[in-house]
Amino acid sequence: MSAQIMEADTTSAATPTKSVLKLIVNNHAGVMSHVCGLFSRRSYNLEGIMVMPIASEQGARSCIWLLLDEKEKLPQIIQQTQKLVDVLSIERHPLSGSVFEKTNDYFTA
Amino acid sequence: MDSANNPQPQAAQRLSGSQLIIRLLERQGITHIAGIPGGANLPMYDSLVGSNIKHVLARHEQGAGFIAQGMARVTGQAQVCFASSGPGASNLITAVADANLDSVPLIAITGQVPQQMIGTDAFQEIDTFGLMLPITKHNWVVRSAEELLQVIPEAFSIALSGRPGPVSIDVPKDVQNQLIDVTEWPEPGVAIPAPDFDVQEVEAMLAKIREAHRPVLMIGGGIVYSGESALLREFAEKLDIPTVQTFMGLGILPADHRLSLGMLGMHGARYTNYILEECDMLIGLGVRFDDRATGKVEAFCPNAEIVHVDIDQSEIGKIKNPVLSILADVGEVLTIANEQLEAVERPLWQQRVEQLKEAHPLILDGSDELFRPYGAIKKVASILDDSANISTDVGQHQMWVAQAYPINRPRQWVSSGGLGTMGFGLPAAIGIALAQPDQKSICFSGDGSIMMNIQELATAAEENLDVKIIILNNGHLGLVRQQQTLFYDKNLSSVKFQQGVNFAMTAQSMGVKGIDLGQSDDPEADLREALLEHGPCVINIPISETEMVYPMVAPGGANRDMIGGEA
Repeated sequence: MSAQIMEADTTSAATPTKSVLKLIVNNHAGVMSHVCGLFSRRSYNLEGIMVMPIASEQGARSCIWLLLDEKEKLPQIIQQTQKLVDVLSIERHPLSGSVFEKTNDYFTA
Repeated sequence: MDSANNPQPQAAQRLSGSQLIIRLLERQGITHIAGIPGGANLPMYDSLVGSNIKHVLARHEQGAGFIAQGMARVTGQAQVCFASSGPGASNLITAVADANLDSVPLIAITGQVPQQMIGTDAFQEIDTFGLMLPITKHNWVVRSAEELLQVIPEAFSIALSGRPGPVSIDVPKDVQNQLIDVTEWPEPGVAIPAPDFDVQEVEAMLAKIREAHRPVLMIGGGIVYSGESALLREFAEKLDIPTVQTFMGLGILPADHRLSLGMLGMHGARYTNYILEECDMLIGLGVRFDDRATGKVEAFCPNAEIVHVDIDQSEIGKIKNPVLSILADVGEVLTIANEQLEAVERPLWQQRVEQLKEAHPLILDGSDELFRPYGAIKKVASILDDSANISTDVGQHQMWVAQAYPINRPRQWVSSGGLGTMGFGLPAAIGIALAQPDQKSICFSGDGSIMMNIQELATAAEENLDVKIIILNNGHLGLVRQQQTLFYDKNLSSVKFQQGVNFAMTAQSMGVKGIDLGQSDDPEADLREALLEHGPCVINIPISETEMVYPMVAPGGANRDMIGGEA
């Protein structure tokens, strides 16, 4: 028990590094539920999500950008995401220069 | 007849979505469907009439799900269950979740309210897609009859490929009724090949194993599902490596095989867990390092390097970081490995293993008394041969059977491992008997578990199946009582059934023979007769509520810290 609490304390004390994932997915009804459901049931918080159909793919595929904390179990959640049938590819990107930085101005109170 | 061998375009056939579903299932080779009809799947049941597929009418959708699971677990083939919308679908949830944790290829097809009514809180509307999503490999809402031609073969392919698992298909009623012209049938869905691996990876693994002085093999459900248990046996024998079996792996090696150390973990024998303490290499084949097997992970095999072969990338490194791993079907790895094995002997390590076995044997207390758990199980085993399929419910009886029943072949053993679902046993035993009707289907249960799906006795009677339900009856939720006794200062809380059940009479009321060995003048003879004659039977065996499953590792504790079961 104490080990778990200590671990939680250290992660909340330090500012966690952000990581960005780029997913190419089949543009099915339900694919966002499959992705978001996976992260929530494996207790991995998603900080931000940006989704659009890919223009050149005539609506067949979408691109999903995910913003999340870089934690020890990130490789595990990436492997779990790769198992989703509608996820075609996953890439890791830095926060710097990502869609989340560039759209900051739209996210105000 | 249209068939996969005759791909010539046929004259267009006008078929409804529901007719398409049945035809596609026939083309997949489905012979039985367990389910219950209701408002939103009426068209599917209409189309089922005249099909070669036999429908088994369960009494509760959870029963239907577990009947299909029982068929899938003994055959390895994907099996189908049907339910209507709303409560029909939600009642299936537990059986689907159970299949997900034990990697069972189950295909749940549910009716849904018509598309124009979805989202209106219609009668018997529920978000089946949302409910099934976290407990399946993949799931669909089918938006048109046309889509069925792609979704149903894909569902079988996904359920069977890689690490098997359940899928669910939700079909709105208007899609079931939609008429389309079908000119060409899709190929039936089959498993896609397992991930490729390099022969050099296998050579590296064998080189790694050669470095070990005290190796142990840990073998699990992946080997059962690969269908290559014989290769594992050859591998273990040639390399002379002591072998622990996970709960899901029981039967890969015969129980009395010289290298078998039985089940590891929470209720493993003392010597088994002690040998793991001392091993310097653990070779996990088709296992996922479940917490009931490992105990406290940091204390599991503390001196061992881990080698891991599994078909699921996300299992490698999830719990234990291996020094070497192969992402592959374990059977394919063993095929390559066995071609280049040089026989090894490990006299020093085997001598140490023997020492630990002698010093810390598995104590099966009361194994010659019929009205004690191990005695009842051993007596049943002595009457039957290895052709009998053995299933259980969940609780003390399940662990006693896992410890004491000689499970001697893969897929002989069917039990709810990951989800630990009470109520699993009876409907699973029905499914097993449907799939392999010439073999006895023996289900060990408890008086707690059996009550959770007892309505399926009527299903067993209706199908006149050779199912025997053996209830080890202690009038309690025994495993909870055990934990309250050991870990909650004997503060027994809500574990005694104040109102008992006469299970023999209950069985009779549903058309099943029922006997109570506690009331019998010659219980052994009555047990033998009940087991050996054909037909469903409930056999009540009273036992004391003070019986315990030993040894036991406290939940979260280290496997070395076992309670009880000392010589």
